[in-house]
Amino acid sequence: MKFRRSLLAFASALSVTALIGAAPASAASIKIGLLEDISGDLALLGKPKLNGSQLAVEEINKAGGIMGRQIELIHLDPQGDNARYQEFARRLVNKDKVDVLIGGITSASREAIRPIMNRTDTLYIYTNQYEGGVCDAGMISNGAVPEQQFSTMIPFMVEKFGKKVYVIAADYNFGQISAEWNRKIVKDLGGTVVGEEFIPLGVSQFAQTIQNIQKAKPDWILTINVGAAQDSFFEQAAAAKLNLPMGSSIKVMLGFEHKRFAPPALNKMHAVANWFEEIDTPEAEAFKKRWHAKFPNEMYINDMGYNAYTAVYQYKMLVEAAKSTKLADIRKVIATGKACVEAPEGQVCIDPKSQHTSHRMRLIAVDEKHAVKVLKDYGVIQPYWLSEIGCDLTKKNDKKQYTPTDLPKK
Amino acid sequence: MMGVINMAHGEFIMCGAYVTVGLVHGGLPLPLAQLCGVIAAGLVGVLVEMTIVRRFYKRPLDSLLATWGLSLVVTQGMLILVGSSLAGIGTPEGSFKVGEYSFSTYRLVLFGGAIAALAVIYFIFMRTRFGVHARATMQNPQMAQALGVKVGRVYAISFGIGAALAGFCGALYAPTMTLIPTMGATFIVESFVTVVVGGANVLLGTAPAGALLAIIRTSLNAWEGQIIGQIGMLIAVILIIRILPEGVSGFLTRRQR
Repeated sequence: MKFRRSLLAFASALSVTALIGAAPASAASIKIGLLEDISGDLALLGKPKLNGSQLAVEEINKAGGIMGRQIELIHLDPQGDNARYQEFARRLVNKDKVDVLIGGITSASREAIRPIMNRTDTLYIYTNQYEGGVCDAGMISNGAVPEQQFSTMIPFMVEKFGKKVYVIAADYNFGQISAEWNRKIVKDLGGTVVGEEFIPLGVSQFAQTIQNIQKAKPDWILTINVGAAQDSFFEQAAAAKLNLPMGSSIKVMLGFEHKRFAPPALNKMHAVANWFEEIDTPEAEAFKKRWHAKFPNEMYINDMGYNAYTAVYQYKMLVEAAKSTKLADIRKVIATGKACVEAPEGQVCIDPKSQHTSHRMRLIAVDEKHAVKVLKDYGVIQPYWLSEIGCDLTKKNDKKQYTPTDLPKK
Repeated sequence: MMGVINMAHGEFIMCGAYVTVGLVHGGLPLPLAQLCGVIAAGLVGVLVEMTIVRRFYKRPLDSLLATWGLSLVVTQGMLILVGSSLAGIGTPEGSFKVGEYSFSTYRLVLFGGAIAALAVIYFIFMRTRFGVHARATMQNPQMAQALGVKVGRVYAISFGIGAALAGFCGALYAPTMTLIPTMGATFIVESFVTVVVGGANVLLGTAPAGALLAIIRTSLNAWEGQIIGQIGMLIAVILIIRILPEGVSGFLTRRQR
């Protein structure tokens, strides 16, 4: 495998990097650098993200661009390799001189490029839901965070199904920190984590894990497994008649497992999301129509793709309000607390202290026929946790990621 | 033994799985679709042997590069042609209970399938005329050719059988896994270390090595979860190779003498 990897690195160094969707350059255009995986284990999730960005850019360009300047989208495919994320981020910033960098799927890829972006004056927008805690003035996060997802879903699951939870999580920073959040919230509610299993990325066989779960007898399972290989868990658990309620911060709205697997593999799955394709407000319906007109083969518009779409509009709003693409000017707009856009989910605003985004959150559940039902509407939830623990980007740039057990020093 | 290292073996697994799932979506019953998956993988295997692999016998490093390139082309080609994922078909119904644990009946089918594959391979290589030719060719191709064995054809069919077995793996696992173009790669690490630990003799080495590593991994998975299982298995591999440089089969044949 080691050999295969080093070969892989060698081959990629030789291969010509793909340039997709690059419009003819003009001096006046605004350049958006985009890093999304459209091959590799996460291609399934990266493709809707690329599509979302392309749709937003096309719409904005047709409507006259940003301050009259057309957007040029430069997309590179890092193929799920963190080293390539770094290489491409450097290239986009130094060689292509992009005005903003958007993208990254896993938290590992985000943390790989964040230090590089920190050494530049280029804004970075991360468009995924994630484990939260990044306090960094150079980054805007527009996905949902644990106080919007875990602090809502876990109490619901504990109340409805019981206090004993088993966790299966992908073994990297996202899974580890999400599990930490779960431990804290479950403990505060008087529940117990009866088992925690971290799964190396790429593992696809879960026979023994399923037995471990049966032995631990939990009331419900927190499934924060990542990637197509690990998703095989659902099929194998359903075949073994595990039949336990499940909760997750990334299933259904992000991985559209309910569309990819034959029912009832995702039966009793719960998630809290700012976007899922089943939202049926008029704004959401109009957005879905535009999307499917441009990408008729899309299986599902996931929250990542939706966030990627919204991110371009957020950037447009910031640049137009700042009348500049400079990070310092854009941050002055964020500091006013009025950096809001009307997105298909409703109004979303960037919080000045943490530079994370407010979202309207809904709790959804999947039934045995894989229909998605909204069980609860939490309304708009602010990303409050970072400012609560003392992150205030209007005063100090920490450039750090905090977790429930790694808080800023007072 | 054929002097080639096939890095595209995972793609034959993918081929078997994709053909199976495609045909099930098309309305074919699962066992029939699986059979077609196996045949398709086998035929593609013969085709690959005749066009690419044939030129690389006794050049293991060149063959590694060529087949690995093929693997990249195929996975990326499938991504472009059929998209990033195929909708699953669901595992056949049925489960049974042992004490407080419940298992999918299909797991037993997988188990039976593995045993049957071993039995068939044993029969082909030990009891048929083709098997004698194949073993003779592996041992001394020049001499076999001098005695009238069509060496080229033996190579092609042997490679095809290998590909068909990979396709069989894919066809069996297809209902239980996420179908993505890179799905074959998830099997590669395990199969590679099993072959290394097994040593030269397939029946005497690879099968016991597979069983041994599976027992080590599964019991560690049960004890401390998947990470420890994976680490433990790899440590076991290092230890076994250190103690038994010729692998399990080398150890067993020496005992026989």
